[in-house]
Amino acid sequence: MTAPVIEIHDLRKSFGAVRALDGLDLTVQPGEVAGFLGPNGAGKSTTIRVLLGLLRADGGTARLLGGDPWADAVALHRRLAYVPGDVSLWPNLTGGEAIDLVTRLRGGADPRRKAELLERFELDPTRKARTYSKGNRQKVALVAALASDVELLVLDEPTSGLDPLMEAVFMQELRAAKEQGRSVLLSSHILSEVEKACDTVTIIRAGRSVESGTLAELRHLTRSAVSAVVAGDATAVASLPGVHDVVTTPAAGGTRVQLDVDAAHVGGLLTTLGRLGVRSFTAAPPSLEELFLRHYGDAAPTDGAAGDGQRRRTTAGAR
Amino acid sequence: MTAVAAPGPLVRARPARTSTLTGTGRMLRLMLRRDRWRLLVWTAAVAALYASALGEYVLLGADGLQARAVLMRTPAMITLAGPGYGLDDYTVGPAVANELVLWMLVALAVLSILEVVRHTRAEEESGRSEVLRAGAVGRHAPSVAALLLVVLVQAVVAVVTGAVVAGVGRLPAGESFALTGAIAVGALVFAAVALVAAQVSEHARTATGLSLAVLGAAFVARALGDVQGDLEVEHGTALSWLSPIAWVQQTRAFVDPRWWPLGLSLAVTAVLLAVAAVLGSRRDFGGGLVAPRGGRADAAAALRGPLALAWRQQRGGLAWTTLGLGAMWFATGGVVSSLPAVTSTLLENPVYRAILGEGDLVRAFLRVIGLYVALGAGAYAVSATLRLRTEEQVGRTEYALATATGRHRWLGAHLVVAAAGAVVVLLSGALALWAGAAVTGVTDPSFGDLVGLGAVYLPAPGVLLGLGVALYAWAPRAEPVLWALFAWSFVVGLFGDLLRLPDGARGVSPYWWVPDPLVGHVEVAHLVGLAAVAAALVVLAFVGFRRRDVPAA
Ligand SMILES: Nc1ncnc2c1ncn2[C@@H]1O[C@H](COP(=O)(O)OP(=O)(O)OP(=O)(O)O)[C@@H](O)[C@H]1O
Ligand SMILES: [Mg+2]
Repeated sequence: MTAPVIEIHDLRKSFGAVRALDGLDLTVQPGEVAGFLGPNGAGKSTTIRVLLGLLRADGGTARLLGGDPWADAVALHRRLAYVPGDVSLWPNLTGGEAIDLVTRLRGGADPRRKAELLERFELDPTRKARTYSKGNRQKVALVAALASDVELLVLDEPTSGLDPLMEAVFMQELRAAKEQGRSVLLSSHILSEVEKACDTVTIIRAGRSVESGTLAELRHLTRSAVSAVVAGDATAVASLPGVHDVVTTPAAGGTRVQLDVDAAHVGGLLTTLGRLGVRSFTAAPPSLEELFLRHYGDAAPTDGAAGDGQRRRTTAGAR
Repeated sequence: MTAVAAPGPLVRARPARTSTLTGTGRMLRLMLRRDRWRLLVWTAAVAALYASALGEYVLLGADGLQARAVLMRTPAMITLAGPGYGLDDYTVGPAVANELVLWMLVALAVLSILEVVRHTRAEEESGRSEVLRAGAVGRHAPSVAALLLVVLVQAVVAVVTGAVVAGVGRLPAGESFALTGAIAVGALVFAAVALVAAQVSEHARTATGLSLAVLGAAFVARALGDVQGDLEVEHGTALSWLSPIAWVQQTRAFVDPRWWPLGLSLAVTAVLLAVAAVLGSRRDFGGGLVAPRGGRADAAAALRGPLALAWRQQRGGLAWTTLGLGAMWFATGGVVSSLPAVTSTLLENPVYRAILGEGDLVRAFLRVIGLYVALGAGAYAVSATLRLRTEEQVGRTEYALATATGRHRWLGAHLVVAAAGAVVVLLSGALALWAGAAVTGVTDPSFGDLVGLGAVYLPAPGVLLGLGVALYAWAPRAEPVLWALFAWSFVVGLFGDLLRLPDGARGVSPYWWVPDPLVGHVEVAHLVGLAAVAAALVVLAFVGFRRRDVPAA
């Protein structure tokens, strides 16, 4: 087994009284596109800055491409490209000049690749950077990152300023990067983007990882919404393990049952429903959104962290 | 951000009140709230400048001022002051009108320009005013509110400084307020210029640049026009009268007042405002009248490292600083030839003796100007190091350090460019001083003397630069200390003797340790000491910057 590209364990970082990272874990394997999610202020950008050797961690360990992010920063940065969450460019350089400058600071890039990306992202490289909109500044950083021949892409909310068309272009480029064997750390708030692009996902909250695993594993943690019409008496369904929020209403030819069921208990439910005589059956696929909202929406971070701790155990070993 | 649709109902709910000026009052309050400290500092600073200049005039007394009047007849001083009304009986009043009006007007015109652009085009460019304009704020409301803001600020400044002129200068209140009021009217012209520029260009920086260029042209036209006139016959020529600065100076305040030239200021302001309104109605939101220029699609081969980048960022500022200060030192050098004529009278005055010291007057004068030149280089060094912090705050440092650029290389590149810039500003200043003197026939001090003067001062701005980077590395938030040290160096250098400051207090200024190359002998040990302090601070900066978080917490 090859060594992980990113390996963070129990990472801690405080800014004065603010605890930005409070025991964060994150692993990215080579060739993997890893989604990195969390509510505003959860510590995503802080984690990335520690990985880039910009911030010095207070505790825990972080390894990047087999090296120490702080001590080996310059050597490691030749092998990665970074797109900041809020791209600020040198106002008196044009977009094209900024791209060349940044790629040269990283060790150079293929001019044909730059031209191709400029065309794909519909970016005019002759305009001064101060005249660019947020989305265009982001495109400059994306082109500079994708044009660089690097092993790892570190992208902090790269699509937050892009329109849907450009977002689609970005997704294609991301897939292409994956096919070339590059690894990607992608911080994002956009669920559909993560679902489409990522192999694994880590969700953090208040500086701590609360879920991590492959998308399939995370789906496993979610519930399917089931609606069925059965001939018999449906009261027994409510007492089944893993079944929640049961609503029964009279319907033509029997009783309509609506409920949510944990992925692990679908089998038991189906057996019971079968015995009751199913007339019709629909099941909505497990929704990651529900899972994310559960983590994004929880009120008190301490409660959430305690409650989620157990679940993390169940998935942490999955990799 | 894309268009905000929400305010639709808001506008419809109050159809009677929506016009192109709706919301002007609210905008004005918002601007006042945003700028209250900035405006307070400006007002206080301008009042302090008036107070210190007036204090000096009063200290000089009648004899001192009369001696100074001789200098005011030289082309160099006409360029740097005014058309020379009242030189035959040069008392405090005429001195204020002749010497202060130019600089105060320039300062307040700059304030007008900065405020107008900041609240109109800069807001529009940032996209912030899009949110407001989509709400119940009319098309012309931001412009009118910005104009009202400037009127208000200039009025307050006129009242405060009028009181300072009357109080410190012991001058009639009515004429004092008339003078400062006239300056306010003059500064308003440039607010109108800025408002037009803000319609023409899509970019705040260009709008500011255009407006400052107009101010510069006004400065040059007035100076050239006045210099061409024969002071015995006329004060100012037709060329002078093209400049809005002349209109204020031509009111002959404290000498033979007439106020009709201000009618020109008001008329031009009105015309410019009308032009701005027409342009503003015709253009799109966020758009300008001139399309922005395109640039290169690929970087030049030389743009490949932090040093090239730092140079690219600082070269424009360096060129303008060198040119602007150089022109001023050149003009100042031109005064030297007429100094011997006034030597005796000038040296009888205790204040001048305190500033200039004993001995050869020309050399003493050049030593003082040399200090100014070196302080100018110090100001450049200070602003160049403060730039590092801005780079970091906007996130560009983070972006660059995430590439294979080491921290020492990054800091070193900025330091090298800033230091080289300070050297250029200092040596070119000394050179300009020499050239100004040489052109008017002065051979002593020689070229070597003046370049030596510049060279001897080099370590002093070096200490400021070193302190600047050390603070940046260890305590970025403490960087205002740097400006404080600079201001203190200024006070010690020019008023140290006058204020009888103790040596301990003077020694805080790196400039105080620089020996007198033109008057006394060169204390090499002091220079080595200053250079060592500068070097130690730079080493400290490199050590600190390698250890701290970027961006700093
Ligand atoms: N330089 C700093 N000084 C003080 N506090 C900071 C600093 N940088 C980050 N923080 C704090 O650390 C916490 C984590 O911030 P971070 O930027 O990492 O969040 P994020 O997950 O990237 O959020 P977002 O989704 O909004 O980008 C926040 O509470 C933030 O206020
Ligand atoms: Mg962030």
